Amino acid sequence: MKIHEYQAKQVLSQFGVPIPRGELASNPYEVYDIASRLGGSVVVKAQIHAGGRGKGGGVKVASTPAEAEEIAAAMFGMTLVTHQTGPEGRTVRRVLIEEALPIKKEYYLGIVVDRGTQKPVIMVSPSGGMDIEKVAAETPHLIFKEFVDPGVPLQSYVLRKLAFKLGLTGELLGPTTKTIAALYRAFEAVDASLVEINPFLLTETQKVYALDAKMNFDDNALYRHKDLLSLRDFHEEDPLEIEASRYGLSYIRLDGNIGCMVNGAGLAMATMDIIKLTGGNPANFLDVGGGATVEQVRNAFKIILGDQNVNAVLINIFGGIMRCDIVASGVVEAAKSIGVNIPVVVRLEGTNVEKGQEILQNSGLKFTVADGMKDAAEKVVALAK
Amino acid sequence: MTILVDKNTRLAVQGITGKEGSFHARQCREYGTNIVAGITPGKGGAVHEGTPIFNTVEEAVEKEGVNASVIFVPPPFAADAILEAVAAGVDLVICITEGIPTIDMVRVMSVIARSRSRLIGPNCPGIISPGKCKIGIMPGSIFREGSVGVVSRSGTLTYEAVHQLSERNIGQSTCIGIGGDPVIGTNFIDALALFNQDPETEAIVMVGEIGGTAEEEASRFIKENVKKPVVGFIAGRTAPPGRRMGHAGAIISGGKGTAEEKIETMRKYGIHVVLSPAEIGEAMAKLI
Repeated sequence: MKIHEYQAKQVLSQFGVPIPRGELASNPYEVYDIASRLGGSVVVKAQIHAGGRGKGGGVKVASTPAEAEEIAAAMFGMTLVTHQTGPEGRTVRRVLIEEALPIKKEYYLGIVVDRGTQKPVIMVSPSGGMDIEKVAAETPHLIFKEFVDPGVPLQSYVLRKLAFKLGLTGELLGPTTKTIAALYRAFEAVDASLVEINPFLLTETQKVYALDAKMNFDDNALYRHKDLLSLRDFHEEDPLEIEASRYGLSYIRLDGNIGCMVNGAGLAMATMDIIKLTGGNPANFLDVGGGATVEQVRNAFKIILGDQNVNAVLINIFGGIMRCDIVASGVVEAAKSIGVNIPVVVRLEGTNVEKGQEILQNSGLKFTVADGMKDAAEKVVALAK
Repeated sequence: MTILVDKNTRLAVQGITGKEGSFHARQCREYGTNIVAGITPGKGGAVHEGTPIFNTVEEAVEKEGVNASVIFVPPPFAADAILEAVAAGVDLVICITEGIPTIDMVRVMSVIARSRSRLIGPNCPGIISPGKCKIGIMPGSIFREGSVGVVSRSGTLTYEAVHQLSERNIGQSTCIGIGGDPVIGTNFIDALALFNQDPETEAIVMVGEIGGTAEEEASRFIKENVKKPVVGFIAGRTAPPGRRMGHAGAIISGGKGTAEEKIETMRKYGIHVVLSPAEIGEAMAKLI
């Protein structure tokens, strides 16, 4: 789960990460008041779930409350396109108004779980303020890492080492190590999959702040963080994906026209791949789960057909332990109850496959039965044209 | 010969009285797996479908000589179940459970690193040595005894690969589903090393997917150590970056973990990579 910058800052500040003074506004009128309260220059920051907002015109400085209101008025409702939003962009619904701080230098702080070492890794870089992927690609020697042993509390020497790598010493050592420690405490306590402060700011007045903040949560751990669920912003998600998640279906919308219903994530990805390889374009990723029950197949049909671009569907179920005749009956029942009127290619494999195919063919519905993945892909691509 | 599991495996099922555990334990037993104990805390002393139930894994090890355990408990309790099996000294622990928080697995793996236990999974279909022993949720009927080792991050895609092999009369020595999570026990390199040492495994199928760099590291290992032919497939060439494709581990992030990158590295190190998932069996047939 992703959250907004203002939410990440609220969470992090509870753990002791220093953040600039600021308030959230949901209309231009609030902006004037907030800017007046903060005093001096302020920064108006569009709140969307994507990075690269500055380049897209979603972060601007105002020197008076009137200017802040004017900037915000233009920002509300605008479609912000960044390298992370895709060409369709995101609509700005809220802006964060923060005090403008005198920037001396910008750093990077981040924590993720490193898959190779299977440990949390704290990363810091003196090249803050820019895209960290770019730093990693072009100047990897400017990213410093410390791996944390999960069985031992985070030690102070690790924090000091990181601060020194950034050149933050003397009176800045304390505030820096405290911030990194707070960031790590937050990472562990809320089961984050990513926390990132970019830039971590040093001001002309020798103070440090999290000028921007990003937090993603481990979806598998949300069951023990019910309080965080209220931070989810449904506006940032595709309506069909939201509906699919209600049914416990794993669905991701893509831009093609061939709807896919598959059991298992790996096979679902492979099915998308073979459609593309055959010259077609998948409309979605959809994993109905290992079991593929009638109820789930019906829900999956609803979701897939909810995408207006879909003009053919490929169902690829490797039945496994579940018998194919049962899966076939489920598909027929679901298709009938929903009234599917576009071509559907079905590929079933597993126990009782012949019986399953028979049920599909005798159903009176427009099913095309396929034998194997290659055949299935060729048939659905032909029918979708 | 096979790797890790055979007729000498004495299996305990943690969570045997639950719906999933009960169903799959029955399937495994019917396949010929020697299930000697079930673990359900609080139900010790009972007998479930002929299997004696114990309160703790330790007791099952003492009384029944358990040397492998399979876990079917829900995500909030799965890390505890793995650690209990490890503490009891079980050699091989297979965790089927999907949805365990990553930080739980980070802690589990730091304990396993200091133990003599091996973990397979979590979020995996399990392991099977066709004709000898099946531990997990895979459909036994699609497998055939033979000499191809299969290692994969995915469940049903493994079945697809195995189906294509069996259809061509190419049997399997052992098939391991290593799981779709970012932090897992046995990884590609571990499985490849075991297949490499196994005299009866003649060739290997490696099925990977987007996310992380495990396939790249495995490719280098293959180049340096493995003399047996390897057929590879990577799922997710059409997956958009930044989106989790079902599996917690299947995500392209920070520009890392793309299928193209993996395929290129695998090919560079001599792996026969097929681009179509329908060509895995055919590619292996050509090699052996």
